[in-house]
Amino acid sequence: MAEPARKQDDETQRPEGETGDGPVIEVHKLVTHYGERKILSDVDLKVKQGEVLVIMGGSGSGKSTLLNTLLGLLRPTSGTVRILGQDLHAITDLERTHLRQKMGVAFQGGALFSSMSVLENIMLPLREHTQLDIHTMRIMARLKLQVVNLSGFEDLMPAELSGGMIKRAAFARAVVMDPRILFCDEPSAGLDPVVASAIDELILNLREAMGMSIVVVTHELESAFRIADRICVLDKGKILIIGTVEEVKNCDNERVQNLLNRRTEEEILDPEEYLRRLTAAHD
Amino acid sequence: MAEAEGERQTLGGVDAFVARAKAFCERVGNATVSAISEVGLGAWLLFQVLFWIVMGRGRAQPVRIPATFERAMEVGIRALPIVTMMSVTVGMMLAIQGIYSLRIFGAEDQVTIGVAFSVAREFGPLITGILVAGRTGSSLAARIGTMRISQEIDALQVMGIDPIRFIVAPALIAMTIMVPLLTFWADVIMLAGAGWYVSMELGMSMGAYVDQIRELLRPTDVMHGIWKSLLFGVEITLVGVINGANVQGGAEGVGRMTTRSVVLSISAIIVTDMIFAFITTR
Ligand SMILES: Nc1ncnc2c1ncn2[C@@H]1O[C@H](COP(=O)(O)OP(=O)(O)OP(=O)(O)O)[C@@H](O)[C@H]1O
Ligand SMILES: [Mg+2]
Repeated sequence: MAEPARKQDDETQRPEGETGDGPVIEVHKLVTHYGERKILSDVDLKVKQGEVLVIMGGSGSGKSTLLNTLLGLLRPTSGTVRILGQDLHAITDLERTHLRQKMGVAFQGGALFSSMSVLENIMLPLREHTQLDIHTMRIMARLKLQVVNLSGFEDLMPAELSGGMIKRAAFARAVVMDPRILFCDEPSAGLDPVVASAIDELILNLREAMGMSIVVVTHELESAFRIADRICVLDKGKILIIGTVEEVKNCDNERVQNLLNRRTEEEILDPEEYLRRLTAAHD
Repeated sequence: MAEAEGERQTLGGVDAFVARAKAFCERVGNATVSAISEVGLGAWLLFQVLFWIVMGRGRAQPVRIPATFERAMEVGIRALPIVTMMSVTVGMMLAIQGIYSLRIFGAEDQVTIGVAFSVAREFGPLITGILVAGRTGSSLAARIGTMRISQEIDALQVMGIDPIRFIVAPALIAMTIMVPLLTFWADVIMLAGAGWYVSMELGMSMGAYVDQIRELLRPTDVMHGIWKSLLFGVEITLVGVINGANVQGGAEGVGRMTTRSVVLSISAIIVTDMIFAFITTR
């Protein structure tokens, strides 16, 4: 598919990392707090051009927090995030706006605009960032809808869609600008196996056809093993391991194995501590 | 021993009192700080909107005219029925009370003076402002709050679409245009409502009433109300946006902030009204 005509001439300035060989995402010593609570500590991470990186980890381990920091929605306490060679949290708003046109995001809950129809939702990035005429935009949006198997639902409002349809529409919106980097938060959670596997297929195709770099947060082991070039396992805001699927599978860290084998973490508590926790709410 | 125990208890009481007083002061302090920071936020928002209006086109990210137009329809045209109805009612109310109080001096036929000035300078803008705060201010807060909790605002940001340009600017432009226009309409309807009652009650002809009004009201009186209403429009928008943006914790949070935005914007309107009147009429 043709790259949509961008308003800003991409060719004039190409920071390092744009050229293909450098990492597209480079996270260095990232620390993020929510108020006083430290959520991420010293996260180091690289995503290479054309790579699918899967972020895994237990609930509350900080996956969404990491993603939000990578997207520039959350300011880190310290550390840097470089996207396509540019420091996301240090550049000007204008530069960030241009950078973000090369990033696509499919949020966990879809985040479709409830006041717009499905087609309008998908056309919005094109409308705001390109000068294509309306027919071309419609065609491009329809093509993306076809890719996620939603043709024929263009004119429905998000409220009229099922959960899985919302996810797929959000996916279509994320890729409509043919971004360099795609971020997906739980793309296949709650989808039926057929559609979930179609989404996996889609992710692999996008990587294949367009050389997109893709960061996926997921709980689904099967899908993670299938799509990942590398897997990053987060636990309590720290990275336990980053490596290829094989490396992670063979890792002898107990917590990693617990996560992979879906074992719950059994905390060893003495009875007194246990009682204290139970009654804490009434103190 | 027992005495010492007692003393410790009173001491404990004092300590508790001091602690409570401290906590109270802290609360007041925090409330003051957050109130000031909210005012600062409002000023920043206003600046941002102006920035996008001026600079947007150059950055190939203009404030969209269709969106502004749609907002204007919602703020202005759809509010016409309720504003009209309330204006007739308030106009008649003013005539009834005016005639009642002037009858003490046997000066009922002077009622037009009171009605003309109070409508143009006060009741037109005030009633319009309160209605718009209840209608549009609340829906703005609810809309932005809902967009926030469903991550729609985040989605806009990561698409490189500035939410202030995309959502706040059209709303603010629509309000600054439509609230003054609505106020003018409310003025006319209120005066008509009052005139209708006066002509019934005092047997004054409608033509004579209109002539009196035209003689009494100077453009400055009407403009006093119109300018004020423009301020109200800006205030309602900013209060709605800030409260919407501060929504936390699901649907309940949206409800709470919506209510807060209505209460705050009506209070802001009334206070501004007083200050404006004080400054401009002395
Ligand atoms: N808005 C917030 N304010 C304060 N703390 C937060 C907020 N969002 C998340 N947290 C905290 O940050 C920690 C990590 O949350 P995060 O949402 O990143 O987890 P997660 O790995 O995405 O979990 P899940 O798989 O359940 O989505 C949690 O302990 C949570 O309590
Ligand atoms: Mg999460």
